[in-house]
Amino acid sequence: MSAHDEPLLECLLRLGDTDLVLAQRLGAWIGHGPVLEEDIALANVGLDLLGQARLWLGYAGEVEARLAGRGRSEDELAFLRDAPAFRNVQLVEQPNGDYAATMARQLYFDHAHLLLLQGLARSCDERVAAIAAKGVKEAQYHVERSSDWVVRLGDGTDESHARMQRAIDDLWPYTGELFAADAVDVALSDAGVTPALAPIEAAWHEAIGAVLDEATLIRPSGTWMHGRGHRGGKQGVHTEHLGHLLAEMQFLQRAYPGASW
Amino acid sequence: MSKTAVQSAAMPAAPHEAEWPLWEVFIRSQHGLAHKHVGSLHAPDAPLAIRNARDVYTRRNEGVSIWVVRSADVHASAPGDREPLFDPANDKVYRHPTFFPMPDEVKHL
Amino acid sequence: MYAQLVDTGLAKVQDASHMSAEEQAFQARVDADVKIEAKDFMPDAYRRTLVRQIQQHAHSEIVGMLPEGNWIGRAPTLARKAILMAKVQDEGGHGLYLYAAAETLGVSRDQLIEDLHAGKVKYSSIFNYPTLTWADIGTIGWLVDGAAIMNQIPLCRCSYGPYARAMIRICKEESFHQRQGFDILMSLCKGTPEQKAMAQDALDRWWWPSLMMFGPPDAESVHSAQSARWKIKLLSNDELRQRFVDQTVPQADYLGLRMPDPDLRWNEARGHYDFGAIDWSEFHAVLKGNGPCNRERLRARVDAWDEGRWVREAAIAHAGKKARRAAASAA
Repeated sequence: MSAHDEPLLECLLRLGDTDLVLAQRLGAWIGHGPVLEEDIALANVGLDLLGQARLWLGYAGEVEARLAGRGRSEDELAFLRDAPAFRNVQLVEQPNGDYAATMARQLYFDHAHLLLLQGLARSCDERVAAIAAKGVKEAQYHVERSSDWVVRLGDGTDESHARMQRAIDDLWPYTGELFAADAVDVALSDAGVTPALAPIEAAWHEAIGAVLDEATLIRPSGTWMHGRGHRGGKQGVHTEHLGHLLAEMQFLQRAYPGASW
Repeated sequence: MSKTAVQSAAMPAAPHEAEWPLWEVFIRSQHGLAHKHVGSLHAPDAPLAIRNARDVYTRRNEGVSIWVVRSADVHASAPGDREPLFDPANDKVYRHPTFFPMPDEVKHL
Repeated sequence: MYAQLVDTGLAKVQDASHMSAEEQAFQARVDADVKIEAKDFMPDAYRRTLVRQIQQHAHSEIVGMLPEGNWIGRAPTLARKAILMAKVQDEGGHGLYLYAAAETLGVSRDQLIEDLHAGKVKYSSIFNYPTLTWADIGTIGWLVDGAAIMNQIPLCRCSYGPYARAMIRICKEESFHQRQGFDILMSLCKGTPEQKAMAQDALDRWWWPSLMMFGPPDAESVHSAQSARWKIKLLSNDELRQRFVDQTVPQADYLGLRMPDPDLRWNEARGHYDFGAIDWSEFHAVLKGNGPCNRERLRARVDAWDEGRWVREAAIAHAGKKARRAAASAA
């Protein structure tokens, strides 16, 4: 596997950072949700993603050690990198907005994430396969949840329908990045470490289309996507939101360098 | 079962339009023999009631069977036996008090 | 503690000569430690007192999610973030179990929530204080959850079945909460001088409010006797408060933290710690709504509820549509 360590490290950071940033976003809902059962459910989703993030970042540290002699811990990676070094997709750093926006973000992410994890569970890298297999069950649950909510809100009241339509339209341009394969993706999928993204994209479009149809929502049709030309979050080019998110998340470690908590 | 069946009849004079109905939740654990009543929750319909029950009452333990029944549909006899205790899920190790090794010399933790 | 200002409505403890046959049978069951269940006869005052007490307990859990939720985004390590998210989630779950227990008495959760938002009922005074540093999160787990456990364990034996069962479920999860708090403080107290100072500052701010959590002195708690007779309040405020001090002082000593009470000292003759006078004017001010965070806490809950209305309504509307479609296709 050491022939692929450089792209593998990139890939692990992309997976870990994406999960981490989304978990950070979901954590902000706890105590402020529309109903108590949802506070508890969102906390579960956030905890699942945070748990997965830690596994990916933990492995990333080990691969980094193979490449550079010393690998960073999950906390060094999470709390001591600036935004350009983060590799999460731009979709997950978008603000929570209202519940429709949060569910739209989850819908787009959860379906892609499940397909990706199912592919990763067949990776020729045993560790990747193990981490992914553990995440698949959780991701299935997340897909059910977010799909269900998009249908409820899309096919609920006039107000919820309008909010849901606006949310899926607003976030649509961030979905292209999920499937934009760059040299890292190609190297790893050629080597059997990760699945090819084109079939995942096709499956995703079909799944999302079915949910939106059931939700009586109009499928967005714009083709302009953020992160085009490989200048997206996966390559370290982010939106204005990530800086603020990291400033809050990283504050204590930055203010008290070297302290143990 | 000893829950009252009269909640829907006891609704206040000005009903809350968006009030989610109350459901009673019954769980059979992976190696359990029967469903046990663990409590109640609110949901707009059965699928969300089951999903929420999984989140609230099992913290998504594998292999559990969940029944949900609208409280209004539960018909109760005279009060019965004491209900069994609930066991927390095992998948998150830090939920258990023993996860944090507490110094022996400190008591009452 | 959750019965702060819960009025049983009875001027003095009822004795047998004032009770109907039904009430006497009820009291006999309570005396014999037989649980009262939702469908059993119970005096109106017992039902009203319980509805008030249980809902205040539930509201305390929900409002309690806010001061700790304030630090989820800034937890200093991923492990601490995960543990704090799980703790706050547990508190939501505890609130839910307690609302469910209250609902067995014939009230709706939405009504209880609206009573909270209208300021008609209270929640524990402690949650009206701000969490200013990470050390506050440790201190809340150590002191506030410690006090809550002290109050909750006896409630596992209370007379009302659904409340007692909710308390048993809650108590199983609660000791994790206290330990995670103490663990945070151990890290801080073993850390840099700045971290140690952060821990000391948190203790300085949270100690007295924690003592106030147990409620006014017994001499001023007019209605406790009836609650005790009904076994819905099992130990007196002063008794719980004394136990809490006795248990906590050695824990502070272990951490190397100084209690902010110059009058605190071990009394060999009593076998307990003597401690200084509590400023009850602060307690009453907080209960009246004039604590540091009362308005903010309630505003946060009201906003979440109001901003979530369209979501709850949409879910009901959708459920209705699905039911009608199912009926139509079955026809």
